[in-house]
Amino acid sequence: MPSSTGRSEPNHVLEFPGGYTRSVGPVVGRFLSELRDGRLVGVRTAEGRVLVPPSEHDPDTGEDVTGEFVEVGPAGTVTTWSWVPRPAKGHPLDRPFAWALVRPDGADTALLHALDVGVFEEGAKPPRFLKTGMRVRPRWRAERNGGIGDIECFQPEVTMVNAPTRLEYSLKGGKALQRFLEGISQGKILGHRCPVCEQVIVPMKGLCPRDGVPTTEEVELPDTGTVTTFAVNNIPDPRAPEVPFVSAYVLLDGAGLTMLTLVAGIPADQVRMGMRVKAAWRPREEWEPSMGNIKWFEPLDEPDVPFDEIKDYT
Amino acid sequence: MTREIAVIAFAQTRHSAEDEGLAEIEMLAPIITEVKQKTGLKQFGFTCSGSCDYLAGAPFSFVSALDAVGAWPPISESHVEMDAAWALYEAWVRLLHGDIDTALVYGFGKSSQGDLRTILTQQLDPYHLAPLGIDAVSLAALQARAYLERSGTTEDDLRAVAARSRQAGRDNPFALHLPEPEGDEYDVAPLRPYDVAPITDGAAAIVLASGDKARELCERPAWITGIDHRTEPHSPGVRDLTRSESARIAGEKAGAAGVEVAELHAQFSHEELILKEALGLDGGEVAVNPSGGALSANPMMAAGLIRIGEAASRIHDGTATRTLGHASSGPCLQQNLVCVLSGEDHG
Repeated sequence: MPSSTGRSEPNHVLEFPGGYTRSVGPVVGRFLSELRDGRLVGVRTAEGRVLVPPSEHDPDTGEDVTGEFVEVGPAGTVTTWSWVPRPAKGHPLDRPFAWALVRPDGADTALLHALDVGVFEEGAKPPRFLKTGMRVRPRWRAERNGGIGDIECFQPEVTMVNAPTRLEYSLKGGKALQRFLEGISQGKILGHRCPVCEQVIVPMKGLCPRDGVPTTEEVELPDTGTVTTFAVNNIPDPRAPEVPFVSAYVLLDGAGLTMLTLVAGIPADQVRMGMRVKAAWRPREEWEPSMGNIKWFEPLDEPDVPFDEIKDYT
Repeated sequence: MTREIAVIAFAQTRHSAEDEGLAEIEMLAPIITEVKQKTGLKQFGFTCSGSCDYLAGAPFSFVSALDAVGAWPPISESHVEMDAAWALYEAWVRLLHGDIDTALVYGFGKSSQGDLRTILTQQLDPYHLAPLGIDAVSLAALQARAYLERSGTTEDDLRAVAARSRQAGRDNPFALHLPEPEGDEYDVAPLRPYDVAPITDGAAAIVLASGDKARELCERPAWITGIDHRTEPHSPGVRDLTRSESARIAGEKAGAAGVEVAELHAQFSHEELILKEALGLDGGEVAVNPSGGALSANPMMAAGLIRIGEAASRIHDGTATRTLGHASSGPCLQQNLVCVLSGEDHG
């Protein structure tokens, strides 16, 4: 039954102008009246089960139901669901949504309704959190007129809140970092050589973290190096080209300390320890005193460095 | 059963996925002619049809279809607003009365001229279901989800049902010839487009005859040894969607055990799995839907009757001795009819 999208304008319409009027009887009428008042009720059968929506007869036995109406829910549990990636004209929502059978708390049967689980693009796959067993509640319309549509749809129960978090600072990185960024703004990577251990520290701090002595001897390093270790990240980051992306420690050639950077230009699952990389710079006219001048490091067509040579840096 | 009744002739259209410009009666007339020629009968003791006015968008559309049968001198006639498998049931009951010995049954539908999904919404409870705008595929997908979760079956298993049905359908000159299932997009999840029976225009006709009349007109009649239909509550929220209790009981009453071929009116891949389980056909020895089933051609109001016709044809052509035809109606397999046929003549 493919949908009729693309169908041309009809040349024949079957319609009851103004809609078809039906009487509802005492049981369905009570249900719809309660809905209009914002309540969900079921009816009790002679055997004690609570039917929602209520019917005049017990579907199991065919016996008349009792006259006892029971308020149920409004919260309930999803017993099964389907997912509409492309809503059709007559559907209650115009963006992807679920249909669900919902068993309201206190009821023995389930009610069919639409389930809105958030905003998704047309054609979206069902979200992973949409599951049988999910707890849901009705979203009532403000204007109700005694129809099943008085419930606009169901929506998941609240399981999380989102608290705004933002603090503002004005930071200065210190003199050594300022000098390093000055180099970066000219396309140079600068470091300091430690007078004691002779290792090159990049970016420099003005101190050797190993020997605790001040450093001043400036050294320019090439923009090539070796990945010593890395992580695959699955949470989006504005600096990364895509998800998943790779953040890595890179040991620049001639440096004695690794630098944290992004690695790109290669699928995440092909990045390796020992891989040779080179900085990918932004166009010169965009350079400023920021590490952002180097977008990331990209693979070099060179053999990997054996683990033994980088093992002290991992 | 006090009277032996058999399917003695079956004809169907070469079904079409698109409107071929034929009116319902123009689809129907050639196959009525075909079963008349096959049996040599010009008139029938009883005539019963299955059709749906909402498909045509016109009231009493079955009345104009009678022109294809010829109703003068006046004939004894009835109609069900259901798949014509239920018309066959009515004709079978009528033949049991014993005063007539032949009956014509036919069904027809052109799904191409409207939006079938929303047309089927009109069959739903008008208080709680129809106003929501829920369509037939969305309802079926609710049942598919429930079944997958209960049985541990996967979406790949559904795809395998569709693949097998389409492969068989490509060998059936009357079915639509559909390609291998492909693509990852859902129609209504968990159903993909190939899990949903195609929009089909078509018609089918069957002739029933009793006792010696059947033997006289048909070389190898397909005797109805059992036929039963059962219904469940309409509301999908009050029944166990993961099983078909109505199909199970109908199968038991009709004597489904031991058939060689089963033609199941499964309009969605998961329905075939639910029906196989309910009818005890999941052992793998029974050939299920060798015609390609409704997943390869689903002319509404005829597709259930075609299952019985296909099952009877396996007996007519001598390739099977005991076969089963099944038809369903209503949302989520609400109603199920099982007809068991045998080539063994005890007359």
